Amino acid sequence: MTKGKKLSYLLNLLGVLLVFGIFVLLFETKAFGASTQYIKGICTTACYTIIMVASLNLVVGCMGEFSLGHAGFVSVGAYASAIVSNLLTGKGLPDIGLFLAALTAGGLAAGLAGLAVGIPALRLKGDYLAIVTVAFAEIIRVCFCNFEITGGGKTMSGILKLSDFYWCFWIMVICVTVMYMYIRSRFGRTVKAIREDYIAAAASGINVTYYKVLTFTVSAFFAGVGGGIYAHYMTAMIPTNFNFMYSAELLSEVIIGGIGSLTGSILGAAFLSSLPEMMRQFSQFRMLAYSVVLVLVMIFRPGGIFGEWEFSLTRLLARLRGRYHGKTGKGGE
Amino acid sequence: MAETAGKIPVLRAQNLGIQFGGLKAVDSFSLEIGQSELVGLIGPNGAGKTTVFNLITGVYKPTEGSFYLNGECMNGKKTHQIVKAGIARTFQNIRLFKKMTVIDNVKAAMNAELSYGLVQAVFRTPAYWREEKKLTERARELLKIVHLSGKEDMLASNLPYGQQRRLEIARALATDMKLLLLDEPAAGMNPTETEELLEIINYIRNEFKISVLLIEHDMSLVMKICERIQVLDFGTTIASGTPEEIARNPKVIEAYLGKEEEAEEEVETDA
Amino acid sequence: MTLSLFIQSLINGLNQGAIYALIALGYTMVYGIIRMINFAHGDFIMIGSYTLFYTIPLMVNAGMPAWLSVIFAIVICSAVGVLVETIAYKPVRKAGSMSALITAMAMSLFLENLAMVLFGAKPHNVQKIFSLPSVTLLGVALPLNVLLTIAIGVAMMLGLQLFIKKTKMGKAMRAVPQDRDASILAGINVNRVITVTFAIGSALAAVAALMYCAKYPRVTNDMGSMMGIKAFIAAVLGGIGIIPGAMLGGILVGLIEIFVKLFAPGWYEAITYATLILILLVKPSGILGKNVGEKV
Repeated sequence: MTKGKKLSYLLNLLGVLLVFGIFVLLFETKAFGASTQYIKGICTTACYTIIMVASLNLVVGCMGEFSLGHAGFVSVGAYASAIVSNLLTGKGLPDIGLFLAALTAGGLAAGLAGLAVGIPALRLKGDYLAIVTVAFAEIIRVCFCNFEITGGGKTMSGILKLSDFYWCFWIMVICVTVMYMYIRSRFGRTVKAIREDYIAAAASGINVTYYKVLTFTVSAFFAGVGGGIYAHYMTAMIPTNFNFMYSAELLSEVIIGGIGSLTGSILGAAFLSSLPEMMRQFSQFRMLAYSVVLVLVMIFRPGGIFGEWEFSLTRLLARLRGRYHGKTGKGGE
Repeated sequence: MAETAGKIPVLRAQNLGIQFGGLKAVDSFSLEIGQSELVGLIGPNGAGKTTVFNLITGVYKPTEGSFYLNGECMNGKKTHQIVKAGIARTFQNIRLFKKMTVIDNVKAAMNAELSYGLVQAVFRTPAYWREEKKLTERARELLKIVHLSGKEDMLASNLPYGQQRRLEIARALATDMKLLLLDEPAAGMNPTETEELLEIINYIRNEFKISVLLIEHDMSLVMKICERIQVLDFGTTIASGTPEEIARNPKVIEAYLGKEEEAEEEVETDA
Repeated sequence: MTLSLFIQSLINGLNQGAIYALIALGYTMVYGIIRMINFAHGDFIMIGSYTLFYTIPLMVNAGMPAWLSVIFAIVICSAVGVLVETIAYKPVRKAGSMSALITAMAMSLFLENLAMVLFGAKPHNVQKIFSLPSVTLLGVALPLNVLLTIAIGVAMMLGLQLFIKKTKMGKAMRAVPQDRDASILAGINVNRVITVTFAIGSALAAVAALMYCAKYPRVTNDMGSMMGIKAFIAAVLGGIGIIPGAMLGGILVGLIEIFVKLFAPGWYEAITYATLILILLVKPSGILGKNVGEKV
């Protein structure tokens, strides 16, 4: 590992710590007064939404395929983790251990579902794939409506309230980092090559099906982790929570943020998941406004707000330093 | 083919054929290519040349016949398996990974050489850094061979046309192949660019000791570098031999060169 | 299963299928021309249904048959369809399929929420549209309005088929999907063709709304989204872009739904979707679709 790389990892870690510190400071000093708890809740919502949206971006941005059934994998993770935490509770595990075990189970279950869906579905492309993912997600939903263990179509309640913001923040950081590393490795490179031209990718020795299914599975895994946090934050859910509209919402957050930009996914998810809360008093008009914004973004910035641009702390600092030395800030590429 | 007698040819195609609906696009195509031999495949438009490439690279499955790479039967294998076995190609209508950088185009084709796994990638273990470093070095070398040094971080789609064709060659080289299929590499190039390409092809042959099968419309290029030429017309082989033999073959002149002249005249009257 | 139950279900399935088929036609026509899944199409049914809800009392007061309200529904739906196309879809037409898909989803959201703001979230009950008796056939009581619905559906499909085959506009509608550039060269005004396509597709949705309300007289602002997806699945099942495919797919989905409901009421949606997946895996472009490989 080169020294510059080490430094940049350290810098990014410091940056994340700083952000975390600000949150801790705000919440511990009760900066928002009576609504501190409420805002903390919104931030937790943002955390799991970020994980879900970023994971969907692996498929949409990196692989270049629509998935309109992401909520299906989220629901698999949510139910699997809820079942596991219900089973493990009272076995002497500390809360964090219980939480992590539940999330891992949720992720693995969703990953398996992703594998099972991906192998047949990824033979299709474009709109056909999109509609097949809808079909799979709906099948998953119908299954949860009929299984006894998931409440048999009624609300499954009494799930432990384990999703604490401080934990969720770090889980989110880890998930996003792992996805970032995935994209910036041979896996991401290969999948991007497939996105650009699958025939040329195959002619370059790339096993197209393998890498597509792998990416789809990884994406489903993280959707499941996000679902696990969701379940342990909401503590009650019904299968209709994870319907087509939820998938569509996640996809639109990916697109608004920027197709292929994790930065865009993070900011898009954080903003859009807090938007409904902020606009609660105009709740009637909020979805109306949301859809108008969506159309406007598509008309004026079809690649999403951030396009493929990624935020880089290292680059920002280098640029700032460049300014101080009186140079033009162009050396950051 | 006397020089390859006794040895196993790099490529042996035996009566390869494919039918689309009722149309025989390629019919009983046979060809042997020896070690580091350069063979040209020519014929009028629609003669089935690219279809032959698609058959040999597994894009289409042959409905008849079979083909062997170093004696190993490749029938029914998937494209990526055939590439791993040692056949790489370029495309007539350039197919680069457009929104990726030049060096990533080459690196993507070297994926098979990397062995680090998911966990190693995520935790950025020493194996990851070591392999990625080696990869970058090799990719840079290959780009140097096709005269693209210094363009590593450009987007492939931003390269000028001739350089895009050369990048495709570098990407094909990156797969570490034994047989290189070039599909009209000089198409759309000006004479200087064609000259440069010729140099590169010759360099690659000497340096990597590989065999080349070349589809090309530029007859002067074909005549200059090919050791043997096979001529296709309506999916069937109408002649094969040395460039001199081909140039004198009346069938070829009728089917191919005659039409070529007509085509040129048309272009002139259009202009 | 007794024969009477079978016939009863068959008729119900055909009724349901005819509704899906009419909606699927709208999807398939639009997809055929601009390669876009018009997610808002399902919501056109909702708009048609609200129109029926508000205009039927007027019609009845004026002493006219209730079903004539469908004329209002057709006019309003076509207007909304054309408006949606001009305002939202036209600007993103060149921006790629992903933008088109998202825009369509956004328009669907917009229409549903606009309806909520305008009409509230409470379901509205539409007045009875047909008051026809039942006839008994082979020991089965068949409500005539169900048979009438099927007849309307078949008539619409035949009419559309005639329009597509015989008229100049219909021919243009078939030409544009095949080769847009050549169509322009042949003097076809592609924008006009697209507008007409949207108008016809939306008008069919209005008729579907009439048929739907005759059977299930409940109007809600989100009634279109699920029905839309099912109809779209029907279109894909039959082979999207192909008009007979949409009819076949619609009827098939309707029949599957009704018959599976008999045996496993909780699973009928899952079975429909599973059928779609299986068919696409065997025939990637649907039952009547032609497989087109990419040229290398």
